[in-house]
Amino acid sequence: MSTQTSPLTSIRRTLSSVDMRAVAPFIALIVLIIAGAMVNPRFVGLDNLANVATRCAFIATIAVGATFVISSGDLDLSVGSMVAFVASVMILFMNTQVFASPLMMVLTAVLLAMALGALCGLFNGVLTTKGQLEPFIVTLGTMGIFRGLTTWLSQGGAITLQAQEQQALYREVYFGRFFGVPWPILITLAVALLGSLLMYRTRFGRHVVAVGSNREVARHSGINVSRVRLYAFMIQGLTVAVAVILYVPRLGSTSSTTGTMWELQAITAVVIGGTALKGGSGRVWGSIAGAFILELVGNIMLLSNFISEYLLLAIQGTIIILAMLVQRSLTRRA
Amino acid sequence: MRKTIFGALLASASFVSTAFAADLTIGVSIPAADHGWTSGVVFHANRIAEEVMGSYDDVEVIVKTSPDPASQANALQDLEIQGIDALVILPTDPDALVNAIMEVKSKGTFVALVDRAPSNNDDSVRDLYVAGNNYGLGEAAGEYIAENNPDAKVVVIRGMPIPIDQERQDGFDAGIEGSNVEVLDRQFGNWNRDDAFRVMQDYLTKFDDIDVVWCQDDDMAVGVLQAIEQSQRDDIQYVIGGAGSKDMIKMVMDGDPMMPVDVLYPPAMVGTAIEMTVAGLMGQLPVAGVYTIDATLVTPENAEEYYFPDSPF
Repeated sequence: MSTQTSPLTSIRRTLSSVDMRAVAPFIALIVLIIAGAMVNPRFVGLDNLANVATRCAFIATIAVGATFVISSGDLDLSVGSMVAFVASVMILFMNTQVFASPLMMVLTAVLLAMALGALCGLFNGVLTTKGQLEPFIVTLGTMGIFRGLTTWLSQGGAITLQAQEQQALYREVYFGRFFGVPWPILITLAVALLGSLLMYRTRFGRHVVAVGSNREVARHSGINVSRVRLYAFMIQGLTVAVAVILYVPRLGSTSSTTGTMWELQAITAVVIGGTALKGGSGRVWGSIAGAFILELVGNIMLLSNFISEYLLLAIQGTIIILAMLVQRSLTRRA
Repeated sequence: MRKTIFGALLASASFVSTAFAADLTIGVSIPAADHGWTSGVVFHANRIAEEVMGSYDDVEVIVKTSPDPASQANALQDLEIQGIDALVILPTDPDALVNAIMEVKSKGTFVALVDRAPSNNDDSVRDLYVAGNNYGLGEAAGEYIAENNPDAKVVVIRGMPIPIDQERQDGFDAGIEGSNVEVLDRQFGNWNRDDAFRVMQDYLTKFDDIDVVWCQDDDMAVGVLQAIEQSQRDDIQYVIGGAGSKDMIKMVMDGDPMMPVDVLYPPAMVGTAIEMTVAGLMGQLPVAGVYTIDATLVTPENAEEYYFPDSPF
């Protein structure tokens, strides 16, 4: 609290002009990768890193949408159930085989998933804004609704893609590569790029952050707060649909346990990425890093030979808290 | 008020009609279909209920599903009001429901308990206990591997850290005892196909040479098989799951080399309990006691007996 300017505080000032909150998750990522390499040299193998990046594609794309919802001051707990519901409807549609051509079937199923995802997001958004309900309660409710509908559609069992031609064709979306890079990684990067353009380069992006910082101020400065929040929920729905489009070709099957706890993983990824849970700031690329960190932690522990399988969750929790503590100490302002 | 009176009238009317329509009324209380195995339980409970009512004119079987212990306790009360002579119950949580079950039994109702047992599982709680064999499920898989690949390197995917998972592990260890089978690693896959996919991918990174995967659950086997296929590795000879889902039984039946056998932990055991209850009450046969179902090894030869293409599981 001294009024004098010492050399130390001026250094601190230069440091804080580099936005540490934005950089911190990437530093954590590098630290983790070094730690992983020490635990098991195979960890840094390209195949392993590609596996992990591909696996985190679902949470990463969902986290991009969650960044919008959380930055605008809302919360969506229904995304995990939404994944299960949209994926189940998509597979059931593909099983009808209304078109003879497998390619036509897959393409229409993709469009259907996008539309359904947007609708689910719209549903959450309308209830929250027009119904003026707490997003926590609304999405807790829709979490149950989507999960229940999935269980009902599958009668508790599994919904499996039946047509072999469709599966053979569609499988490539998860397992295939483009110039050596798995498709899910490319699609995740594309979603993040679109998300960051929308967040940082458009008026809508600025409005999202403004609405999340202070609703009243945003309203008085002429922003249609309800519409911004509604659109954020729809973007969340669309990113869930993208995650579904990547998810279905992997196992070609859903069950009533598909996507359980994914909402918490997505929210954790967003927060690790530097977005404040109370709204008012959005870090799209940080959320991607957060999702990657989450998946890496599990991967490193599995590849290690010295961590008891019983302690996995405890260590995972510790690492997340440590990462957040480091981030907080880096971003603390004088 | 009018509604409650009307409801009470309706309830008593249905009570009267069922009580007079059948000589014997059996209530079946089971968990709602919330995952693969319980969906199988619901399917088989309804299948056997219909079969029993088809073969006896004077037996009525009422099947009720409940998502959690609180609603299952309510379901038990509803069944009691309908005047049941016997209760077949697979509790969602046995310890939470033990008092509700004892309450039913104290009225002289025959109680058959299925699969999940409370800590005080004696004849004050139930007359008949039909149990699956978790230890046997592990043992059968272990013995198969020890017999066919005595020098196999095995990776294990566990379920969740709860007692029945530990029983399966203990059984497996007993099954491979005395052979050169080496367990490379054991990790939890949460009985979830996506988690099993993740664990299997990491095993494939971690170990250059894996002979057999024991994942003790057919749902997890789905993820395991996909991960192996993606890696294009040919060192893995086969995968052993467990439970007896229709997809995995079908693979065994078709002679798929990756899935040569499956080990039963059949959801159809609820049907066994219903049939034994009917046998006891209609045929005056002694059925009280403990009946543990074998963890049968399903092979291409006998797979057809355990294949239910109409079941959701």
